[in-house]
Amino acid sequence: MRWKQLSVFLENKPGALSEPCRLLAGAQINIRTFSLADTREFGILRMVVDDPDKARRLLRRHGFAVRVNDVLVIEVPDRPGELAAILDGLDGSGINVKYGYGFTVDGQGKGVLVFAFDDPDKALSILKKKRVAAGLKGGR
Amino acid sequence: MKNGEFPGMHPASAMDYLPVAQLREVQFARLKETVRRAYENVALFRKRMDERRLKPSDLRRIEDVVKLPFMVKTDLRDNYPFGLFACPMREIVRFHASSGTTGKPIVVGYTQEDLDDWSRAMMRSFAACGVHRGDIVQNAYGYGLFTGGLGAHYGAEALGAAVIPVSVGNTDRQIMIMKDFGATVICCTPSYFLHLVDRAAELGVDLRKLPLRIGVFGAEPWTEDMRQRIEAAGGIRAFDIYGLSEIAGPGVAMECTHQAGPHIFEDLFYPEIIDPETLELLPDGTEGELVLTALCKRAMPMIRYRTRDITALEPARCACGRTLRRIRRIGRRSDDMLIVRGVNLFPSQIEAALLKVEGTLPHYQIVVDRMKGLDTLEVQVEVTAEVLSDTVGGLEQLRAQLGRAIESVTGLHPSLRLVAPRTLQRSEGKARRVIDKRVL
Repeated sequence: MRWKQLSVFLENKPGALSEPCRLLAGAQINIRTFSLADTREFGILRMVVDDPDKARRLLRRHGFAVRVNDVLVIEVPDRPGELAAILDGLDGSGINVKYGYGFTVDGQGKGVLVFAFDDPDKALSILKKKRVAAGLKGGR
Repeated sequence: MKNGEFPGMHPASAMDYLPVAQLREVQFARLKETVRRAYENVALFRKRMDERRLKPSDLRRIEDVVKLPFMVKTDLRDNYPFGLFACPMREIVRFHASSGTTGKPIVVGYTQEDLDDWSRAMMRSFAACGVHRGDIVQNAYGYGLFTGGLGAHYGAEALGAAVIPVSVGNTDRQIMIMKDFGATVICCTPSYFLHLVDRAAELGVDLRKLPLRIGVFGAEPWTEDMRQRIEAAGGIRAFDIYGLSEIAGPGVAMECTHQAGPHIFEDLFYPEIIDPETLELLPDGTEGELVLTALCKRAMPMIRYRTRDITALEPARCACGRTLRRIRRIGRRSDDMLIVRGVNLFPSQIEAALLKVEGTLPHYQIVVDRMKGLDTLEVQVEVTAEVLSDTVGGLEQLRAQLGRAIESVTGLHPSLRLVAPRTLQRSEGKARRVIDKRVL
C-alpha cells in the first residue's frame, strides 16, 4: 500500500539521530521501519511511522527540515524469489527504484519491503494488475 | 486606512522640506559650533587641527568641511572609553557601545540634548515611512548597549505610537505578541524578519493576514531581492533605515514612502562621499565611502567620521519633495571585502548566488581559513524543508548547484557544506555571515 515516508535531514555527528527519535517516542509515534542514507557530512533519516502527519508537524515545530514523499509498503512471504518477482513485474515499465529497504519478522514467515519509485502510482497499478505481491491486496 | 485616519505631515517632519539654501545655512551654523566645542574640549581633535594649522574660525561656509581632519573607528578604540568626550560626566546621561574592530568595544556618550535630537531623528524616520499615532510598534531591535532598541523606542514614543519593547529573540513569543497585540509596525533586522516569517509558517501563522503593515529594517546590509521577498511573505512594506552608533544610532537616514533610498537628516548629519583610497571628495551620484559629521552632537563630537559604508548620494530630488539627499542602498562596506586566493569577495555576492538557486535566501555562513598556505572558502548553508530531498543524490545535486552558482558569481570554487536548520550562529538577531579564521 501507499504510505507517507518522512525524510529528515541530519548532520553526520554523534547524537544527531537520537533527537528526532526521542521526539517521536515522547509523542507516542511508532517508527515501523527506517533507513539511514549517509555521506561523510550529512545523512537522511527515512522513516515509515504510524502517524506521518503528526510526526511531520512535530519535527518541523522542533526545527527539523522534513520532507514527505509516497512510498509503497509491500508485505511478502519470507522466502526466496519474492523481491525478484516484484522487480520482474516492473520490468520493461521504465519505472526506476530510487531506493528501498525492508525487514522480516522472525517466526511470522513474512517480510515487509519499502520502495521509493520515481512513479509510485504507476508502479502500484502495474503490481496490482500482475498480482505479484499478496501484500498489495490491502492497498488503498 | 485604519480607524479612518488620514495623517498629514507630522510637524517634526517640517525640517525635511527646508529649502536647500536655508538648509546649508543651518548646517554651517551647527558645524561651526560643533567644531569649536571639539577644538576646545577634545585633545585628539585639537592636535589634528593644530597639525593642519587650522582654527575653527577658518571655516567660512559649509563646503569648508573638507579642510577638517577625518575620524575613524580606531580613534574610538584608541581613546576608549571616554577620551573623545567633550563635556564633563555630569552632563552625560546615557552610554551605548558597539563592537570595535578588535577586542574592546567602542563607547559613545549622550547628553540629554543629544538624546532629544536623536529621538527627533527617529521620530522623523517613522513619520517618513508612514507610521503615525495609533500605530502599534513591535520593537524587536535589541535593548541594551546596542543603539537599535532604545533608539527606535524613544523615537516611536515621541511620535505618539504605542511601543511594544519586546527586544530581540524569543521568536515564538514575538509571533504571539504580534498576533495578539495586533502590531502594525515591526522594527528589526531584515534577516531576523525573514526568520520570523519562516517560524510563523511553521507555527501555522500567516503574517499577511495580520494587521502588520510596515517594517523598519536596518543594522545590516540587505538587498532589493530581500525587500521583495519580505514584502511578499509578510504582506507589509519594508523600509531601509540607516544609522550607526558612532554618529547617533538608527535614524541617521530613513526611506520615505517612495522607497527610493534612505534620506539623510541633513540638518543633523552632514554627508560627504569620498574616494576611500585618495580621500578626495566625490560629486553626488558617484560611488564612494560615506563620511558623516554629526552637526549637533555635544557629548562626543564626531566630525568627518569615515563610516566605511560604500554608497552614493543620489543627485536627483526624491518625488516626496524632501530636500534631504538620499543614499543608495549600501551593498557593501569598504572593509567587509574579503580577499580569498587573491580574489575580492563580498558576502552579498554569495547571497545573490544562494538566492538564485533556492529561490529564497537560506541562512548561510562564510568561513574563510588558511591551510598549508592556501586560502580555503567554505560556505555553510542551512537545509530547509523546501529544498530537502529524500535521496542523497538529490542533496548532492543541490550542493553542486549552489557551489556552481557561487563560482559563477565570485570566480571562486567554494567547498559547500549543508548543515541542519538553526545550527548557524545568530547574534542580536544579526546574522553573522563571515568567519575569517585566517591569521594574516
